[in-house]
Amino acid sequence: MQTVFQKPSTLTDAPMHYCPGCTHGIVHRLVAQALEELGVEGKAVGVASVGCSVMCYDYFSCDMVQAPHGRAQAVATGLKRAKPENIIFTYQGDGDLAAIGTAETVHAATRGENITVIFINNAIYGMTGGQMAPTSLPGQITQTTPYGRDTNTAGYPVKVCEMLSTLDGVALAQRVTVNNVKNVNIARKAIKKAFQNQIDGKGYSIVEVLSTCPTNWGLSPIEALGWLEENMLPYYPLGVYKDVEGGVKK
Amino acid sequence: MKDLNMLFAGFGGQGVLFAGKVAAYAGLIENKEISWLPSYGPEMRGGTANCSVCISDQPIGSPLVTNPNVLVVMNLPSLDKFIDTVEPGGTVIIDSSLIDKKVERTDVNVYYVPSSSLAEENGLKGLSNMILVGKLFKAIAGSDYDFCTGDTLDQAIQKCIPARKANMLDFNRKAVNIGADA
Amino acid sequence: MKILMKGNEALAEAAIRAGCHHFFGYPITPQTELAAYMSKRMPKIGGTYLQAESEIAAVNMVLGASAAGVRAMTSSSSPGVSLKGEGISYMAGSDLPALIINVQRGGPGLGGIQPSQADYWQATKATGHGDFQILVFAPSTVQEMVDLVSDAFDLADQYRMPAMILADGMLGQMMEPVSLPEEGEKAPAQKDWAASGHGGKRAHNIVNSLYLTPDKLEDLVKVRFKRYETIKQKEQRAEEYLTDDADVVVVAYGASSRVARGAVNKAREMGLKAGLVRPITLWPFPTDALNRAASHAKNLLVVEMSMGQMVDDVKLAINCQKPVHFYGRTGGMIPTPAEVLEQIKALC
Repeated sequence: MQTVFQKPSTLTDAPMHYCPGCTHGIVHRLVAQALEELGVEGKAVGVASVGCSVMCYDYFSCDMVQAPHGRAQAVATGLKRAKPENIIFTYQGDGDLAAIGTAETVHAATRGENITVIFINNAIYGMTGGQMAPTSLPGQITQTTPYGRDTNTAGYPVKVCEMLSTLDGVALAQRVTVNNVKNVNIARKAIKKAFQNQIDGKGYSIVEVLSTCPTNWGLSPIEALGWLEENMLPYYPLGVYKDVEGGVKK
Repeated sequence: MKDLNMLFAGFGGQGVLFAGKVAAYAGLIENKEISWLPSYGPEMRGGTANCSVCISDQPIGSPLVTNPNVLVVMNLPSLDKFIDTVEPGGTVIIDSSLIDKKVERTDVNVYYVPSSSLAEENGLKGLSNMILVGKLFKAIAGSDYDFCTGDTLDQAIQKCIPARKANMLDFNRKAVNIGADA
Repeated sequence: MKILMKGNEALAEAAIRAGCHHFFGYPITPQTELAAYMSKRMPKIGGTYLQAESEIAAVNMVLGASAAGVRAMTSSSSPGVSLKGEGISYMAGSDLPALIINVQRGGPGLGGIQPSQADYWQATKATGHGDFQILVFAPSTVQEMVDLVSDAFDLADQYRMPAMILADGMLGQMMEPVSLPEEGEKAPAQKDWAASGHGGKRAHNIVNSLYLTPDKLEDLVKVRFKRYETIKQKEQRAEEYLTDDADVVVVAYGASSRVARGAVNKAREMGLKAGLVRPITLWPFPTDALNRAASHAKNLLVVEMSMGQMVDDVKLAINCQKPVHFYGRTGGMIPTPAEVLEQIKALC
């Protein structure tokens, strides 16, 4: 019998705990696939961040380190500086990367740290049960913005790719999503490129993946994809924000 | 030797820390127990600076000299601040070209050395500190506090001058000699 | 011949010679010379010096480097060490070795920049949240700083836990003669738990402190505390100075122990039977040495550059079998031998 589809060898057999319709599973697969295709599993070390994806250390078959909340890119910096030959990636949510870990994000980026950052933006805090995220949209109702995010008091969402693309240390900043097959393919290529950049020593590469959180958005998986398309895509345009062909490292 | 507890004090930039370091190295070369403790912080930037240097045959207890038996002072605020802390019988060496004040205490040995003027006159700008060091070693020579020879002092100076400033060595030697004779 | 080195620089050179080639820090007085020294030396030996964006980032870079299996360290002074508490707790919870140096200054808050010992509680009891201890060493001379850096790395590796050198501004800033060990005198520890890439040769390693099942977390913490018991039995260190016949036993560590030693010497010259117990490890606390000294002492006198923190541990160590007195200066003030001598006299 011919195998036409299978789980990447770079994912373990541990059952994932994610909610139905959550796009973490798709992105995990894309990351695992990139590691497999590039043949770097044996020297890859992932950094799990605090949030729904913290237990991704059980799902990726490469070595994994779990970082304190917000510190994934500092931990990744330590891992990379200690063993530059290894392939280091972080897998972070919006609260981790763009709220409590903003300083670590901005400075790893501006240092041009030769790491790969996978950033899951679902506009909400998932693990703690649906509070406002730094990327929650204006007017978005969450547990801690029960009347909708009021930009007068809660400010505006952080546009991570736009912000980081202004920094000289960033080799690649691309925003993708996984709402349909076409976009999954684009995301797959972007993630692979973000790893290839590291192999080539090009410097900091970040792929922001607009994702869904049906549970905390209070929507069905299908409705959640619709909500993402109607609300997130206009506010967070997909595309390549920065791509320095030759990399940022001398 | 008797325990030597020295305090070098002046403005930041006058070289009080360097002077202390030379004395400390002289102790090290003579296999003495020594410590060198600077004041640190904002006072380094032009305020008053000082350093404590202890030289002893025994392990040094507190490296902070609160009652010096040698005080080398290069500015008036430091003289005012520390003169009453000097142990009776102690030695006080004063840059008298910058400090226009006589010590009232009669139970200490005071040496007035116009070191800044001497440095200026001899083309040794910035080496007023080393002129005072020369005086200091001359003053303790042959006393209970004597712990080293002139040769040791010379070696100590060599230790303290980094290679890239090797041209300063002879100037420092000259300054020490002027101080010894002052 | 020995060379003269500042405490801060000696700590740095000693760390390099102990095989630590990865330093992550942030400038703060009075430890900055340590970072500056590293910035000069590390590029020459192919090591890492990284000035982080914060103390928090620095300690987490150490976490990452340590997870990768190399010796890594950070250094700071009191306010910065507060920020490192998070990373220290995570490293303790992930069984990671590391060295953290605290060149203490006066607090609380921004406090001052002069020498202090007011972080004793923080170092020995509350470096971060959760049930854990770290090894805490208290050098009192520049030479001892050099020696303890090496020991701290070795024990941190052996017991897989963070270690701290608790110094202070006086020790960091002062120069004393030191002799340095040759680099690479000891073989580095094998770290088969490290997240350094499995190379397809083993199952994946996970460096982690998250355990959502309470009974599993309890078991893990208990295992760790069993290790702590071993450490308490095997790794206590203290210097006992003139304690055999001492009526008054002064207890002091680090900079204040130097002051205390001077006072004890003066007391002896006056015929007063004073002695000194100088804890070298603050955790594990040298309970055995204290009990030996306390067994025939009439009074104990704890001297600290704080309002009295270690004094609690002294009372606990000897189970309050003898009166324990306290003398301290704080805020960056350093007690004088004369002040301590007065206290000793009053107790004789």
